[in-house]
Amino acid sequence: MEWINAILQGILLGGLYALFAAGLSLMFGIMRFVNLAHGDFIIAAAFLTLVFVDLTGLSPLWAIVPIVPAMMVAGYIGQRVVLNRLSGKDLLPSILVTFGLSVILQNLMLETFSADSRRVSAGALDTAAIPLGGGLAVGVIPLLLFVSAIAVIALLNWIFAHTAVGRQLRATSDDPETVSLMGINKKHLFAIAMSLASGVVALAGVLLAVKTNFDPAAGPVRLLFAFEAVIIGGLGSLWGTLAGGVILGVAQGLGAKIDPGMQILAGHIVFLIILVLRPQGLFPKQRG
Amino acid sequence: MTDLLTASSLDAFYGDFQALFGVNFRISEGESVALIGANGAGKSTFLKVLTGLLPVPGQSLTFDGTDLTQHPAHEIAKLGIAMSPEGRRLFPSLSVRENLLLGATVAREGPWNLQAVEDLFPILTEKANTPSTLLSGGQQQMVAIGRALMANPKILLLDEVSLGLAPVIIRDIYSALPRIRENGTSVILVEQDIGQAVAVSDRLYCLQEGRISLEGPSATLDRADISAAYFGRKKEHA
Ligand SMILES: Nc1ncnc2c1ncn2[C@@H]1O[C@H](COP(=O)(O)OP(=O)(O)OP(=O)(O)O)[C@@H](O)[C@H]1O
Ligand SMILES: [Mg+2]
Repeated sequence: MEWINAILQGILLGGLYALFAAGLSLMFGIMRFVNLAHGDFIIAAAFLTLVFVDLTGLSPLWAIVPIVPAMMVAGYIGQRVVLNRLSGKDLLPSILVTFGLSVILQNLMLETFSADSRRVSAGALDTAAIPLGGGLAVGVIPLLLFVSAIAVIALLNWIFAHTAVGRQLRATSDDPETVSLMGINKKHLFAIAMSLASGVVALAGVLLAVKTNFDPAAGPVRLLFAFEAVIIGGLGSLWGTLAGGVILGVAQGLGAKIDPGMQILAGHIVFLIILVLRPQGLFPKQRG
Repeated sequence: MTDLLTASSLDAFYGDFQALFGVNFRISEGESVALIGANGAGKSTFLKVLTGLLPVPGQSLTFDGTDLTQHPAHEIAKLGIAMSPEGRRLFPSLSVRENLLLGATVAREGPWNLQAVEDLFPILTEKANTPSTLLSGGQQQMVAIGRALMANPKILLLDEVSLGLAPVIIRDIYSALPRIRENGTSVILVEQDIGQAVAVSDRLYCLQEGRISLEGPSATLDRADISAAYFGRKKEHA
């Protein structure tokens, strides 16, 4: 029963990893843009949640209301003003610039919030759990995380499949030169993609703040988990990314069960095994 | 007739490499103009210049009273220049119908819509939900032309629509041309087959190594002159 519990908790944790990864996957999938500051933006959103709770005294989940739209707007502007200058055939400029951005963000957070590990309390929700019988229970917050991940991925997929903007985003991902022949301004579209990704980052940050401890240096590890989830799932498929997150979460859960020190390592090992056996990931985007 | 689009002594570069030299070109409303020339002559380059894919700052290029060199590709599309590009360039993640719908992004008024395009190429109705990668070459070409028409362009650019297609299919595709021109749409077509180019155009330009080597009404140009202009003197005597 303990093992089943470990798997269950791992699955739920995978939802959070999928949220980390969805933003990264969107950016890379549409703009071929690797954002090394991705994890730091998630942590920044977590600190913003902390500030929100300090200022308002409301439950941290309410932080979603201002932070998600604010980061979506900031993402759009940041892409239009700065990042569009970097996106092109060459990956290196975006890697260098976002690496720099990552260092800057970490130091800013360190200056502002100190190196202490923080957590935001959601009050009674923190410990609330739904009993499943047989000694199993799922925490309300992990469940909320998992459901949010599914909702976000379903929403993004719906946008891609059924809206004009989604069609334009898919076409831009296919062939960014030819879309301009259709009257589509690639820069605007990239900014919309960045805006969507930033919204997911913001949500992930708020939920992370409620779920676990975080500190200014916690970003790179989130980035690593996000990369692993994307690669395990296969590039270009958001449901694959969810599966990747879940596999990573379960591997970590089982690893921790064997030995608490094994938690992170077990995730990396499963990632490496999948990378060797199936480098294209489990659910790569189908072409033709 | 007044000119809809004019280029005057236009040069174009890929980095340091000059691909077009002093090209003079004009097309008027409703006219069909063919552009012929050997491989690498610069035909596709000229179409890339017209659509803004290859910017030519400081050059003289006017469309419908607008200086095209001031506009990026996506704005030129909105002004009314649409292209079926070389190699078709359909979007593989999109179905046939989605490819067509994407062409309507510019939202210009005119006779062309999904219904009209599917009437022109009925097979596209049947294949509406098929991924564009699963179509035959001829069907893909129809999607590329239909996608350009969805923009209701004033000028339609067709880059080698017959490339790699069987003669019957080529005939099918060219049989759509009169209906496209019916509404006064101008057409610039790049074609390898000189006979085909002469048959479907009012006027013809021949490009040779980036320069216009011949220009004139398709009906009266001498075939020997066209061949000479096409292959160049060197090859003629070789
Ligand atoms: N993206 C590019 N970068 C550099 N040079 C290019 C590029 N595209 C074309 N060229 C060069 O420009 C010249 C004209 O090429 P272009 O594609 O316009 O020829 P074309 O007349 O369309 O030939 P084809 O019949 O083979 O399509 C060629 O010498 C070609 O090598
Ligand atoms: Mg060409």
